[in-house]
Amino acid sequence: LAPWVPVVGLEIHAQISSNSKLFSGSQVQFAAPPNSLVSFFDASLPGTLPVLNRRCVEAAVMTGLALNCSINKKSLFDRKHYFYADLPAGYQITQQRVPIAVNGSLSYSLCIDNKMSQMVTKTVRIKQIQLEQDSGKSLHDDTRSQTLVDLNRAGVGLMEVVMEPDMCCGEEAAAAVRELQLILQTLGSSQAVMAEGQLRVDANVSVHHPGEPYGVRTEVKNINSIRFLAKAVDYEIQRQIEELENGGTILNETRAFDSKLGCTVPMRDKEGKQDYRFMPEPNLPPLILYDAKSLPANMNHQQVVNIDWIHERLPDLPSVKRAKLVEQYGILPEHSFALLNEDGLTEFFENVVKQTQMKPKKVIGWILNVLLSYLKEHSLTVKESPISSLMMADLLNLLEKKEISSTAAKQVLAELWKGEEKTPLEIVKEKKLELIQDQKELEQICQAVIDGQENEVIMMALG
Amino acid sequence: QPVAVEVLDHLEQLALVDFRDTEGVERLRKAIQFADQLHEVNTDGVEPMDSVLEDRCLYLREDDVTEGNCANELLKNARKKVEEYFVAPPGNIPLPTLEERETFLQGS
Repeated sequence: LAPWVPVVGLEIHAQISSNSKLFSGSQVQFAAPPNSLVSFFDASLPGTLPVLNRRCVEAAVMTGLALNCSINKKSLFDRKHYFYADLPAGYQITQQRVPIAVNGSLSYSLCIDNKMSQMVTKTVRIKQIQLEQDSGKSLHDDTRSQTLVDLNRAGVGLMEVVMEPDMCCGEEAAAAVRELQLILQTLGSSQAVMAEGQLRVDANVSVHHPGEPYGVRTEVKNINSIRFLAKAVDYEIQRQIEELENGGTILNETRAFDSKLGCTVPMRDKEGKQDYRFMPEPNLPPLILYDAKSLPANMNHQQVVNIDWIHERLPDLPSVKRAKLVEQYGILPEHSFALLNEDGLTEFFENVVKQTQMKPKKVIGWILNVLLSYLKEHSLTVKESPISSLMMADLLNLLEKKEISSTAAKQVLAELWKGEEKTPLEIVKEKKLELIQDQKELEQICQAVIDGQENEVIMMALG
Repeated sequence: QPVAVEVLDHLEQLALVDFRDTEGVERLRKAIQFADQLHEVNTDGVEPMDSVLEDRCLYLREDDVTEGNCANELLKNARKKVEEYFVAPPGNIPLPTLEERETFLQGS
């Protein structure tokens, strides 16, 4: 049986973290009373016009630079037409012809095996990043056969990041999205929380035999978490392979991922090829960006977005942070991934290191294998940890000074976990967990044990 | 040159226009003919202009909250509402098929 090559591309919509919307001054906020964050423009009332939010432009430039893109100094806005109740204008303002950023790349890492002992780096090309409007939200009320529409989200700024089909499975797609999420959160351009709809991912999946042309692709939507992304992609790859091996064909269709059943199903309302009738947005001139060289002399600086100025102020990206952690503390690359993967964990680790004599290479084991497992077991974030970095450091100091054993340390941790405001030293004294260092005392104990087990001692002496 | 029935049908679906009768379709054909005169101009090597605003500066707004909080006013326009939601049909209502429509296209 000829092998199959799966091909996976992604279209990711990240909500821009800004106070107000892309083209209007209404507020951007999750979970507000319906239609309370809607301006006349958002509701598409006649006579209203779009006015571009500078912060959204900066967010897109930052993201483009972080993803190694070429920033287009001149980009254009277009209208994409389709009818849906949550799109009051009947079109979405997007950037179809010339988007703000193109031709970038994203590096991400995967573990070769499940034990995180060997990591491999992969790259996915970023085709483009474009600015566009979000639509409102539709709540389907099937019992009354109606749809309730809330336009709070209509007009919120989005960055659409298009990843080329360089990935081959669910794991790669998930790792790429996770890295993008970390980058966006580090930049602050998007909070990228999937559960709140700030990061939405659509996957394009196809399969083909090596050497043959690419197969027909399907688009998979309704993926609500990174875990489900991996499942949805892998399911769709399998489905397509089975379909083709049974002599069937793949339709170029849009499918929805059903997380309960773990499968993809065809989506209604999306049959047939859509004709979006793209046209230039007549109400917006081209978006011009500047750099140090092209900066106009006498322009109001509020009207100028300077790419170089933004570049100089980019924070350390996750990959740089990881490299610094490895270099500074002598920990393994896998450790640095684990630290960055959990919100607040790096800070916790660094605080412990600062306050303890134990070497970072040893501290990391306690943080990742012991503390993190506790947190995961109790579904707590680092911020919610009942054990502070100071307590942890105190405990590790006792261990380092050989005042307690490693087993005792774990017992102390279990006590500290209860959050009863006792210090590690107090718990050690309370439970008499101190290691006995005195030679004479140790001899006495050993002798007492031997004296108490006379028969066994005789047996041993006889061989 | 007449416009094909499939194209007219496609346009009616996409734009929800109604060409209604032969007079309407003829008006469309004449409009296309008029616009086609543009092809007589040699535009080799000329960058297309898609906006008369191309030399204007695109105004950038500060990221302040200045609008919203007018649900009541917005909902005044709604024929049907539930609490503070607009009410719409359950999905896009498909245009009746060519055969079922009362446009001129019937019987073409």
